[in-house]
Order: sequence, then C-alpha cells, then structure tokens
Amino acid sequence: MSIILDHISYVYGGDTPLEVRALDDVCLQIPDGQFLGIIGHTGSGKSTLVQHMNGLLKATSGHIYFNGEDIYDKDFSMKKLRSKVGLVFQYPEYQLFEIDVLSDVCFGPKNLGLSRKEAELKAAGALRKVGLPMELYYQSPFELSGGQKRRVAIAGVLAMEPEVLILDEPTAGLDPKGRDEILHQIKQLQTETGMTILLVSHSMEDVAEYVDRIVVMNRGRVLYDDVPKKVFSHYKELEAIGLAAPQVTYILHELKSRGFDVDTASTTIEEAAETVSRAVLGR
Amino acid sequence: MVFPGFFLNRSQQFFATISVRLLWRAVFPAVKQEYLGRCEKRYAPGRDKGGGLQKKEIRMAAGGRNGRADAVVWVGNDMLRDITIGQYYQTESLIHKMDPRVKLGGTLLYIISLFFFRNFWGYVAAACFLGLVIRLSHVPFRFMVKGMKSILFLLLITVVFNLFLIPGTELVSFWKLTITVEGLKTAVTMAIRLTLLIIGSSVMTLTTTPNNLTDGMEKMMKPLKVFHVPVHEVAMIMSIALRFIPILMEETDKIMKAQIARGADFESGSLIKRARALVPLLVPLFISAFRRANDLAMAMEARCYRGGDGRTKMKPLVYRRQDRVGYLCIFLYLVVSITAGRLG
Amino acid sequence: MGIVRTEKLTYEYIRRDEEGNVEGITTAVDQVDLDVEPGEFLAILGHNGSGKSTLAKHINAILYPAEGTVWVDGMDTGDESMVWNIRQTAGMVFQNPDNQIIGQVVEEDVGFGPENMGVPTREIWERVEESLKAVGMYEYRKHSPNKLSGGQKQRVSIAGVLAMHPKCIVLDEPTAMLDPRGRKEVIRAVRGLNQVEGITVILITHYMEEIVHADRVFVMDSGKIAMEGTPREIFSQVEKLKSLRLDVPQVTLLAYELQQRGIALPDGILTTEELADALCRLAGGKGRIS
Repeated sequence: MSIILDHISYVYGGDTPLEVRALDDVCLQIPDGQFLGIIGHTGSGKSTLVQHMNGLLKATSGHIYFNGEDIYDKDFSMKKLRSKVGLVFQYPEYQLFEIDVLSDVCFGPKNLGLSRKEAELKAAGALRKVGLPMELYYQSPFELSGGQKRRVAIAGVLAMEPEVLILDEPTAGLDPKGRDEILHQIKQLQTETGMTILLVSHSMEDVAEYVDRIVVMNRGRVLYDDVPKKVFSHYKELEAIGLAAPQVTYILHELKSRGFDVDTASTTIEEAAETVSRAVLGR
Repeated sequence: MVFPGFFLNRSQQFFATISVRLLWRAVFPAVKQEYLGRCEKRYAPGRDKGGGLQKKEIRMAAGGRNGRADAVVWVGNDMLRDITIGQYYQTESLIHKMDPRVKLGGTLLYIISLFFFRNFWGYVAAACFLGLVIRLSHVPFRFMVKGMKSILFLLLITVVFNLFLIPGTELVSFWKLTITVEGLKTAVTMAIRLTLLIIGSSVMTLTTTPNNLTDGMEKMMKPLKVFHVPVHEVAMIMSIALRFIPILMEETDKIMKAQIARGADFESGSLIKRARALVPLLVPLFISAFRRANDLAMAMEARCYRGGDGRTKMKPLVYRRQDRVGYLCIFLYLVVSITAGRLG
Repeated sequence: MGIVRTEKLTYEYIRRDEEGNVEGITTAVDQVDLDVEPGEFLAILGHNGSGKSTLAKHINAILYPAEGTVWVDGMDTGDESMVWNIRQTAGMVFQNPDNQIIGQVVEEDVGFGPENMGVPTREIWERVEESLKAVGMYEYRKHSPNKLSGGQKQRVSIAGVLAMHPKCIVLDEPTAMLDPRGRKEVIRAVRGLNQVEGITVILITHYMEEIVHADRVFVMDSGKIAMEGTPREIFSQVEKLKSLRLDVPQVTLLAYELQQRGIALPDGILTTEELADALCRLAGGKGRIS
C-alpha cells in the first residue's frame, strides 16, 4: 500500500519552441508512514511533482499507482484520491475565505459529503492537531497572525483525514521560531497518526532533522534519493546545483580536513556536538 | 497617506462575500474565456489552429464515469507568466514602427469616415486603403478575421433587424415578414460598415503593444486635462492592469487548484451550486488583489510617485518622418474616400 | 548627526470594531532611539510582528510617528513639505517582489523613480544603465519582470531605488519570499551597494546568516529594541536570542553546544573558519586536547 510513480514525465508547451520538460522520467516509491523530504530549488519540478500525486496535473506519460490502483484508470475516482492525498500549497493562508476559522476548516469535510455536525467535529479535531488555541475557532481567519493562518490552512486539509499529507514549503516566510513550531507539529502528527508525509522544501537545514528520506530534484529529474546522511555526503554536487547541505556538514568536513577525527555523516547540531567533543576531548 | 496594512474586518469580509456572490456570473465566464483565449494566442501565433497547445483537461470526474471535467488545469505554473495581454502580433513592419498616436488618430478618422459615405464607392475606397495597410503590416489576414468572430452575433442581429423592420418598397414578402428595397440596402451597408470598422481597429491592436497604446492615448488626450479629465491616471491604471493580469491569472490557477485539493468542484451541478462553488475562489482572489493594490500603492509612493505633474518620460514619443508620411496618407485617404463616397 | 535618527519613536495601530469604536491599541513601535551613521550597514532583526517593518516604514515617511521624531539626513519626516526629499534620500525595497515592480519591462521599471523626480530623459537612461549594472541585471534590461526569478526581481527593485540616487536604502525583509539561491543574490547585491557605492544600508530580516556582515545589529521585540551590538556580540547570547524567537547560525549554535560540553571556545563564533581555527588552537595541532 503506497504511492508509486512509474516513469512520470510532464511536458507543457508541447509542439512549440517553448516546450518545457517539467518532469523527466521520474520513478518513486513512497511506502506508508514514511516522512519524505523533497528538495530542489525553484523550478526544479518539485511542486509539479507533488501536484501529480493528487491528480491536479496529469502526467504526459507514465503511470501513478495509489494503493495499487492506477489513478489514470477511467474508473478511478479522483475525488476519492484527493480525500486520501491531502495537498497543502505554498502560502496556503491565501486560500482562506470563510467567515470564521471553523467554517473554513469545514470546507474540505463538507465537500466530502459530511453533515455540518460531522464536519465541525473533524474540523475541531484538525485544529487541535495543529495546535491552534480554542478561543480562535470563531474568529475571522483574516484577523490571525501569519503563523496562525498557516495552521488553519493546514488544518483545512487535515480535516479531510488524508492518509498522505503533502506540504509544499510549509515554512516559507515564517520566522525561525514559527518555522520550528510548524515542523515540530508536523513531525508529531506523523509519529502520532502514522500518516505518510511529504515535505517539499528548498532548505536542507530545515528538513534534515525531521525526515526519514530525502529526494533531491534537479531540472525535473530525481538526482538523489536516499537517507539524509547519504544525500548530504554529496554536498559538493548539491552546491553545484544551487542547493546547500546543512552548515553542520560543511563544518564537519572542514574539521576532518584539519585532522580532527569526526564523523562527517552527522546532520544535526546534537550529533555534531557529540562527535566533535568526542574527537576533541578524546572521550 | 497612511497605510495601516490591509485588514478585513468581519463586515468587510461579509460584504466581499456577498458582492462576490452577485458578481460571479458576470465575471467568471469572461475570465475563463480570456484565460483560455490568451494561452492559445500566445502559443499559436503564426501557426495552424490545431498546431498549438492548449488546455489540458483532466477528464476524471466527480462521479468518475460521466466523463465531465472536474478540474480544468490549463497549463503549468511558469507558463502563465509568459502570457502576452492584448492581441499584439509580433513582427517587423512599417506599421509596427509607427508612432501610436498616428495609428490611434488614423483609426479614429477612418472609423468616422465610414459614416460619411452615401454610396458604394466610398466603401470601395475604404476597403482599398485598409487592404493596403494590412499588406504593409505583415500581419496574416486571418488574424484580422479572428476579431470578427466575437461580433458575428451582433452583426447578424443588425442585419436581420434592418432587413425586416425598415418600411419602404416591398421586395419579397413571406409569412408576416417583408423585405424592402430600403431595408436590404441598409442591411448591406451596415454589414459592410461594421466589418470594415472591426477589421480596421484590429489592425491597430495587432500592430501596437498595449504599453505603446497606453502611452499614445495619454499623450493624445493631454489637452483634455484642461477639463479635469484624469488622463495620466487612466493611462497609469491601464498599464498597471496590464502588468498584473498575468500575475492574477496565475493566482487564480493556484487558488483554484488549492480548493480542488480540498474537494471543491467548480464544474458540475446546477447553476446555483456552481455559483456557490465560486465563492472559495473569488473571495481569496479579491482579497489578494486588494492586498497587492495596497502594496503597490505603497511601493509607488516610496519611489516618489505623485501623479503626472512634473514627471519626465524615459521613452518620450517623438514624431519621425514615417509618422508625418502616415498622417499625410490618412489625410489623402479622407479626401479621396469622402469625395468618392459623396458623389452623385 | 547620523543619516537616520529616531528619538522616542512610537507608533500605534488602532483596532476598531464594526461600529468604529476603539477595540484596542497595539503599540507596534515603542520608544525607539536609533542613530545610523552614514555608510553604515545596519541590520534590524526580529520575529514576525516585532515591529521591525513598522519602524522601517517610518524612515521612508510612509508612516508618521504617533510620538517622537524621525530625522532623515536632517529632515524631520513630520514635515509634509519634505516628504519627497525624504523618500528620495532614503529609498525602500519591500518584501514581495511581485508587488513593487511597476514597469512591464525591466528598464522601464528602473526608470520609474527618476521619471517621478522629473529627471531629464537622457539622464534617466544613464541612471538606469548604471543602476542595473550595479546589481548585475543589465543584460536583462529588455525582459519582462514576470519572467524573472524572485532574486532577480528583487535586484531589479533595488536598482529601481538606486536610480533615484539615495543616500540610504531600507530593505524590508527583501529575502523572506526567496529561495536560498535568490537570497544569496540579493544579499550580495546589498553588500555591494554598501561597500562599493558607500550607501547606508538598513537591512530588516529574520534570517541570521544575512546579518553576519553587518556593522551593527539591532534586535527588536514587541516594538522595543531588545539587543544592540555587533553581530559577534549578538550571537554570543544564544539563550537570549532563542527567547526572542530567533535562532543563530548552525556554526554558532555548535560552538555554543561545545562550550556547554566543557570545550573552552571563545563567544560569538560566526563562521566555519573561526570554529576550525579556534579548535585547532585548543588542540595544538594534535587533533585533540590532552
């Protein structure tokens, strides 16, 4: 049970000189319950890729299987797919439209055909999961702060109780604390519910701590697909395509080259401090 | 001049929702049509109609089986940014290089001349002149005809009304309808006049960039400032609109996708259901447009914008030889066609 | 006197309910004193909602102080007649690259400011050319802004301000909406302005990597200045920064963690080089402290 992308290509502007290959023969397999980071700079095809996963874009060639079913099969219900694969777009707060927070979050569940009462129950549950204080439920979403709006928007997708949650740059424009809070909340969600999570980002540093696996996209192709430590060992190649490994990686390599016996595979500050102090203090 | 940021309070938001609900029918079909139309225009210039791209429909539906599109996702994100607004046809020609004021003035005089003719010869002269200009513009003729499509219905109505409703000498009569000689004459005249008029103005829009056109209008209308007509402001609004249309289209696409991802259905159900379905699209769109307008106003003020007074131009319009020749040609055309058109 | 100076600057947003009654007052900027030297690179840090953008808008006379005074190059921003001179002296670049480009062609946008100032046509062209070259966008002068990347758009915006020949540029979170590559481009351009052109720069941001090269840093919190000093002095206070909803570069954080583990590193390490050097010194070339 998983999402399988089988040789997906997406071409637009076909037959004209402006033809663009946004995705080029992408193969991916995403098992249930994984926390996957998709990294790439602007225009690398990462957003296009995730839009294929809930059928918002249709591949020019290739197949996508969701839980073993081909989503391009004519009997396959896209609506059902979209309720199973939730997609939170970049700057999702711009899609809020209702009079109050709770009704906005109800929009998704109601579209699934639930009654007002059921929808409200699910909405309240989702708002609790994203950690929004109860007293804000009946406020206008437009009066909230940036970080709160974003939580509401994420709750709007969560309320549909998807099996897979895709977040496209969920931390863009937030301050460091806001960024950490959101990422933390997402991680917690994943451990609590066992949901599959795809996190799209252009920052290695942000995702390194949280994800199980990283897919690096470049020019519509999958460049690396591995656990974070292995991906970051290619830090020189990453640099060449305009991405950077976490600063920790650079520090450790620098120390290694100066004769310290450190483990360069560490990706978090904790691990790095551990290996450096062991190397330096000899214990 | 204080910008306290953009806040919508509850009542403002309610108002926005209501007005959006009322506006949807008028606005959306037009937006959609424009949106599709533009893509085609941009990507198929100079090509066969079938050769270009364009819309990609995802025909996988709410019910799955009925084959109705539940999402029309037109193009990739980056593509929308390439859309050129207006019908400008990019090529090199004498007409393209001409000062927009000559083209604007010429078109205006040409249109006026069409209403002065009393006989057939005037229209012949006008058609010849138009043919010559089209020839010089290097724009394929079928692009001119394209402009006709949109008014075909209007043309038909005009013809029918004139044909049957003008009293006079009876020509043919069947059932309750009578066609008179006068009616036939007027109908034919009207049809010719409208055709020449539309194609004439198409020539102008096809050979002038919207930007250039705005500049030309501003400069030509300058004398109207005496009567407190906000000429500069109107021109500025037009050019800003031209810059923001692609951005707002992209935004529409994004919000639409986001709401589809939340299970919204824009394309099925009864009229009322579809109207309601647009609220989640239009409210965010309006709010975003307001926010952008506010930001832009602030950015403009920060760069010392204070209206048209005391402003200099980076690219001022200056008449050159070809423009003077252009004016002369228009004058000659007027003399010839009106003389011909009023003979007898 | 400095090029930008504020004295007890206070600004309040008044929130009203549906009937227009005052519901509450938010003090966005609270008794701020600031003095910026000509040619200085000043960074203002703060989390979202700390009042840093509101402060920035006062320098450009977009907002007027409720209390206190702001002087730009000796001109009081409260003086209506000076508004246009002030805006020309202290240019401003905003956060959203899409919402501040007015022209439909790059060069026309850069010319917008000079046009408004009534600069003669020929000089406008000169200014546009030099400004676009200064930010490295000259080869894009005929492009439509819609086709540029975020970083390129922000550089065009900077050129647009530069063409007005300001003495000071205020950048209000110019990189918040950009990817790492665009962020680097913009920061490089900003440093260029400061070092090559000698323009005073006030950079507002919440990215810590961007302020490493600043001469002085102010940290704002709920409208007040919470910290002030050189980047090194600021970064040495890791705990305090965290309490202000900010973080420090990973290298500084790592040095801090190592200190906690009993390695005697100096405070406020800013670069990888510095950390490696300091560790080498401690280890005396043996790769470990004996």
